[in-house]
Amino acid sequence: MVQTRLGDGSTIEMTEEEIRADIERGVEDATDRANIDSLSEDEIDRLADIYTRPNKFVSVETGNELVLTFDEGSVKLKRLAVSIGRIPDLQLYERAFCSDTAEMAHIDYSYKPIKPIIAEEQIEMEQALLTTVLPVFYGAMPNLSLYSQPDGSFPNPAELLPKGKIKEAQEAYEGMVEHAISDMVFVASKMYEAGADGINFDTTGSAGEPDFLATLRATEILKEKYPDISIEMGMSGEFVLGMHGEIEYDGVNLAGLYPHEQVKLAEKAGADIFGGVVNINSSETIPWNIGRTVTMMKACAEVANIPVHANVGMGVGGVPIVETPPVDSLSRASAALAEVGKLDGL
Amino acid sequence: MVISHALASGMGGVRTAGDLVARMQMTENMRLDEAKEYVAGKLGVDVKELTDPVIMDEVRKELNIGRVQPGAGNAKGMEAKFNVAKLLDIKINSVEKFKSKTS
Repeated sequence: MVQTRLGDGSTIEMTEEEIRADIERGVEDATDRANIDSLSEDEIDRLADIYTRPNKFVSVETGNELVLTFDEGSVKLKRLAVSIGRIPDLQLYERAFCSDTAEMAHIDYSYKPIKPIIAEEQIEMEQALLTTVLPVFYGAMPNLSLYSQPDGSFPNPAELLPKGKIKEAQEAYEGMVEHAISDMVFVASKMYEAGADGINFDTTGSAGEPDFLATLRATEILKEKYPDISIEMGMSGEFVLGMHGEIEYDGVNLAGLYPHEQVKLAEKAGADIFGGVVNINSSETIPWNIGRTVTMMKACAEVANIPVHANVGMGVGGVPIVETPPVDSLSRASAALAEVGKLDGL
Repeated sequence: MVISHALASGMGGVRTAGDLVARMQMTENMRLDEAKEYVAGKLGVDVKELTDPVIMDEVRKELNIGRVQPGAGNAKGMEAKFNVAKLLDIKINSVEKFKSKTS
């Protein structure tokens, strides 16, 4: 018997045959849902090998390493209640964690609340860049929900939709999109002008396809304004929720897109790195979850013309949905996505 | 989580050549293999040596492009990024900003 876990993090034991069978079921689920190619028998064997090893920690073979980018970089140590400023935090990422990149972020991790404190954010970024060597992103979430009442000025679509006020909800979303674009372009412009190596739009699409549209259009505007700006677009889920229902970008309806379709629009808008997401099903096993994660992300990487960095953390990318991700699952997901998913980064 | 990923699949950042490969993805949209080959070519090493911390520390010291444990007199921070930009033949935003504010 081999020890593995459920998507909720609880420990279970399975035979090697059961693990392989669950990987196959996960692969099948991904191909059915996203209408993509299956993994080959060799690739499933490779995943089964990674997930049946008795080791607590698994890593890639030498030479198969990939690039790591991070969301909420300089927020994470604060969330562990470590009393630390953001510049030493970034220095730790560089020299202690040996990260390939780092991200400066504000604790209120959305573009809207950063707008009034942008000068302070710029100054700290300028100072951080003097003392670091690795590429430093500035990141935050588009977080479209902040633009509806009670946080914003637009009527709340979540209150309008249950009342059958479809047209009013759609109009609210359309207004929210314009405000979000304005804030994202404003903040990203200022942080790029402060010297940031890149801008990260993290958790794109969390409020459905209007959120995705706002990010695509903000990316487009920024690329036109600053042709050399580097933009990473990280998604919030594997499937773009259809909250408006009739929103298109480049003639494509945004609702219901999977990672291999999302990445093509991110490219079109001008994104430089795409952060694909595959969610965890907490009731299924981790082998099942990694089967579907690798299948969807491999399909995404195959069609992409830009680097693809999968999101691999709490509740996404084959990692249990817990606050303390177990290293057995995390390291296996990391290795599986690098070696079988053929990604450019995580 | 950061450390687990770094050990399981990361390139190693400034300890090796991860920051350099990342820059080629960010600035030129290079896919992983192309970015590794480009950086290895510029550094004069084999692709497999890019993640060897012993080899790469010597290479980084010689090229003065920043080290995980920088010694006195070695380029650090912005100084190192000037050398990285020249070595990789790319523009680094903060280096360009630094130039525009000085001289």
